[in-house]
Amino acid sequence: MSAVAAAPARRSLDREAWIARAAIAALALALIVTVALPLYALLSRGLESKAGAFVGFANYAAYFATPGVGRAVVNSLVIALASTVVTVSVAFVFAYGLTRSRMPYKGVLKAVALAPLLAPSLLPGIALVYLFGKQGLLKSLMFGQEIYGPIGILLGEAFYCFPAAILILTTALSLSDQRLHDAAVSLGASRWRIFRTVTLPGARYGLISACFVVFTLAITDFGVPKVIGGWYDVLAIDVYKRVVGQQDFQKGAVVSALLLLPAVLAFTADSFVRRRQVALLSARSVAFMPRPERMRDGLLFVFCAVVALAILIVLLTAAGASFVKFWPYNLELWLGHYDFDNKDGGGWRAYYNSIEMALWTAACGTAIVFLGAYLSEKSNRFAAGRMAIRLLAVVPMAVPGLVLGLAYIFFFNDPANPLSVLYRTMAILVISTIVHFYTVAHLTAVTALKQMDPEFEAAGASLGVPWYTTFRRVTVPVAMPAILDISIYLFVSAMTTVSAVVFLYAPDTALASIAVLNMDDAGDIAPAAAMAMMIVYTSAAVRLLHWLGTRGLARRSQAWRGR
Amino acid sequence: MTGLSSKPSYLRVAGIAKSFGDVAALKDVSLSVNEGEFVCFLGPSGCGKTTLLRVIAGLEPQDAGRIERGGRDISSLPAAQRDFGIVFQSYALFPNLTVAGNVAYGLSRRGLGRAGIAARVDELLDMVGLPGIGGRYPAQLSGGQQQRVALVRALAPAPGLLLLDEPLSALDARVRVRLRQQIKALQRRLGVTTIMVTHDQEEALTLADRIAVMNHGAIEQAGTPLEIYRRPASRFVADFVGVMNVLDATADGGTARVGARTLRLSDGTAQSGPVHLCIRPEDIVVRGVGAATVNAVSARIETLEFTGPFFRATLRLDGGDATLVADLSANDVSDLTLAAGQPITVVLPPDRLRLYPRET
Repeated sequence: MSAVAAAPARRSLDREAWIARAAIAALALALIVTVALPLYALLSRGLESKAGAFVGFANYAAYFATPGVGRAVVNSLVIALASTVVTVSVAFVFAYGLTRSRMPYKGVLKAVALAPLLAPSLLPGIALVYLFGKQGLLKSLMFGQEIYGPIGILLGEAFYCFPAAILILTTALSLSDQRLHDAAVSLGASRWRIFRTVTLPGARYGLISACFVVFTLAITDFGVPKVIGGWYDVLAIDVYKRVVGQQDFQKGAVVSALLLLPAVLAFTADSFVRRRQVALLSARSVAFMPRPERMRDGLLFVFCAVVALAILIVLLTAAGASFVKFWPYNLELWLGHYDFDNKDGGGWRAYYNSIEMALWTAACGTAIVFLGAYLSEKSNRFAAGRMAIRLLAVVPMAVPGLVLGLAYIFFFNDPANPLSVLYRTMAILVISTIVHFYTVAHLTAVTALKQMDPEFEAAGASLGVPWYTTFRRVTVPVAMPAILDISIYLFVSAMTTVSAVVFLYAPDTALASIAVLNMDDAGDIAPAAAMAMMIVYTSAAVRLLHWLGTRGLARRSQAWRGR
Repeated sequence: MTGLSSKPSYLRVAGIAKSFGDVAALKDVSLSVNEGEFVCFLGPSGCGKTTLLRVIAGLEPQDAGRIERGGRDISSLPAAQRDFGIVFQSYALFPNLTVAGNVAYGLSRRGLGRAGIAARVDELLDMVGLPGIGGRYPAQLSGGQQQRVALVRALAPAPGLLLLDEPLSALDARVRVRLRQQIKALQRRLGVTTIMVTHDQEEALTLADRIAVMNHGAIEQAGTPLEIYRRPASRFVADFVGVMNVLDATADGGTARVGARTLRLSDGTAQSGPVHLCIRPEDIVVRGVGAATVNAVSARIETLEFTGPFFRATLRLDGGDATLVADLSANDVSDLTLAAGQPITVVLPPDRLRLYPRET
């Protein structure tokens, strides 16, 4: 190659390298601004007086001296622990049935088990009020106990956290080696012994992981206790009251820091546990195939069917209550509860806002997350920037939505911050939602990228093709199923989320989930149920579209996957 | 370059060093490759051969050292500018593109035009005996076909240097032998300078013009296959390439003592002190042996294994616990009516004995 011919190639190559560096730098910077700086603002605010002077842990001392605070801490721990025990035990048996039995209707049962993902956490609270409240159909089952309080919160959290536990546990239980079972059987081990020595150890890490995740979800959730908590104080409600009710941001920051603690602990323990799980299933393992067994399959089916029925009852109660005039006294079909424009809370505008927000979140979030994961995993330029992306991408997992929302107030509502123009706009709702759900999306993308041949980039480079061309022509098409999964996850999460955005919406950017909250607050429970169901319908419809779409896509553009 | 050699070296690497953390993957590696030459990097896994290939390709930055191509320093050029084609162990065929799409991948920026590209793709696929498969996806091809598509994709932009990273290791034995011949024929025909990494000595011996045997991040010996096999430069090379008998011995000028026996060494051997005395199994002579033949050694046949083309005998030397492995032809065995348990006199020809210093 002559020097003359080499010159333009050189220039395009330099440009290619600079594009990679610039993209990495931009993403790293974006994550610093939207993750690191707001968290810093939050934590530092907890150490300042109202006037902004550094006061150390004085706010913490003052907070703990407040009457009733000890009770909120204890209540939160009790509820989170109880929810963890109940949810994980039920989910373990359910997941065992899905993965280790030959019971019928597995597909339907799994779909129902995951259905709570489609609803905001306010929905189970509302449905439980209808079922067990003062005029509840099943009030007699409460034996004189109140649903408003710990029992209601516990049931609501179990509903809300169930899908997360199911997802983790089915994955853990399906990672089982048939050869181990065959060996145990051939050695004459009893069924109980096999369960104890093969099944449980194999699923051990999944169980631990599920416990941590459920505990974190339950202790930081705000929707369920808000609707059905009654007099029972928990930390998540305390943050909300202090910030929204009393405008006491310092104390809010203190409680947030406290809420950050269990989440960070859980996250650290979980990532430690995950690291040890890797080698369980080697490439030579044989996937476990359960053999039919009438007794076991029958019992498991009954159990799973009862659980699924309970989940369906919760959803159907909310749907039913939204469609009749006055549950349960006047069951005449009526659409008046969907007349949101004549209620407080934002009206249909809130619903359309939610759709808009979810679309932006899915579109921008998927692009940013996937590009970030790609650059951090596959590029070899600007190592410090890639490291920053990798570290900051997993931080949001440990940050509860309420804490994130409050952190955003501190950071974006600061007049000295040029980014404060974003405050009270749709953009900040989209940004906070992307950040809130960043980690799961990022890890999904990373998993998909790691499954790809690590030499694709090298092969492209050796053929003289710039990285962004190979990214567009090979990486994105091959990862398309994962990209669609990420976009759906972000869309549905954006539709259902309450916790971060509750601090950040403005009257003209109210969201459907916030309308549910406000209508419930105002005593319009039936319209709240109706709006919650609008979210469920939308999420379900999008999931269905995604399912149909991926099937169609699989047939056409993914034709190369099959033989 | 000094200009003394008739063929100037096409690729020259000098003083290449590379470590991953505390592990030194390459230590001061230097080598030159002539234009049109087929060079194999041979060594056990972890010896640094793949790292050296990736450094040459620009896929892995070296910590120190210089890479020159046609006299031009390319040490810091990125991969895309080094003008090489590479075939990876996994082939790294793009699964979502057809065979034609894969082969044409590096051609799109060469101003060939749509028809020109299609013609070039067809020509290349014909060349490796895969006409008409352009419309298929990689997953629809056999391992051997995928390998050839990867080869053709790497050759499509007519690179000056072809790099092959264990290209045959994922294939079964029969296909491997066939493709080996095809790669060699193709390389000859195109005259493209080629470097191949392999841990398979047979592959290296049959394919390469020159072999660089690597161990612990350094080149132990570089030479023609015959040189490597006949005159291994180190105990490691002797052991790694082919089968080698190793006896502990003490050398003293032209002779070596093994136990109570004294063996004559080839003329000009001046080594002294403790040594490993090495001989290949096929170099042990059993025919035409008399008591007076130089280096005749009496032994007993312990086992005699039929391996197909020859018999492999384990011989225990008389009056010691040293054993030798000897490859005997079927004719040797039947003519001399050899059987396990029988005494035998064998000759260890002086010119076939190799000495390597022994640590004591």
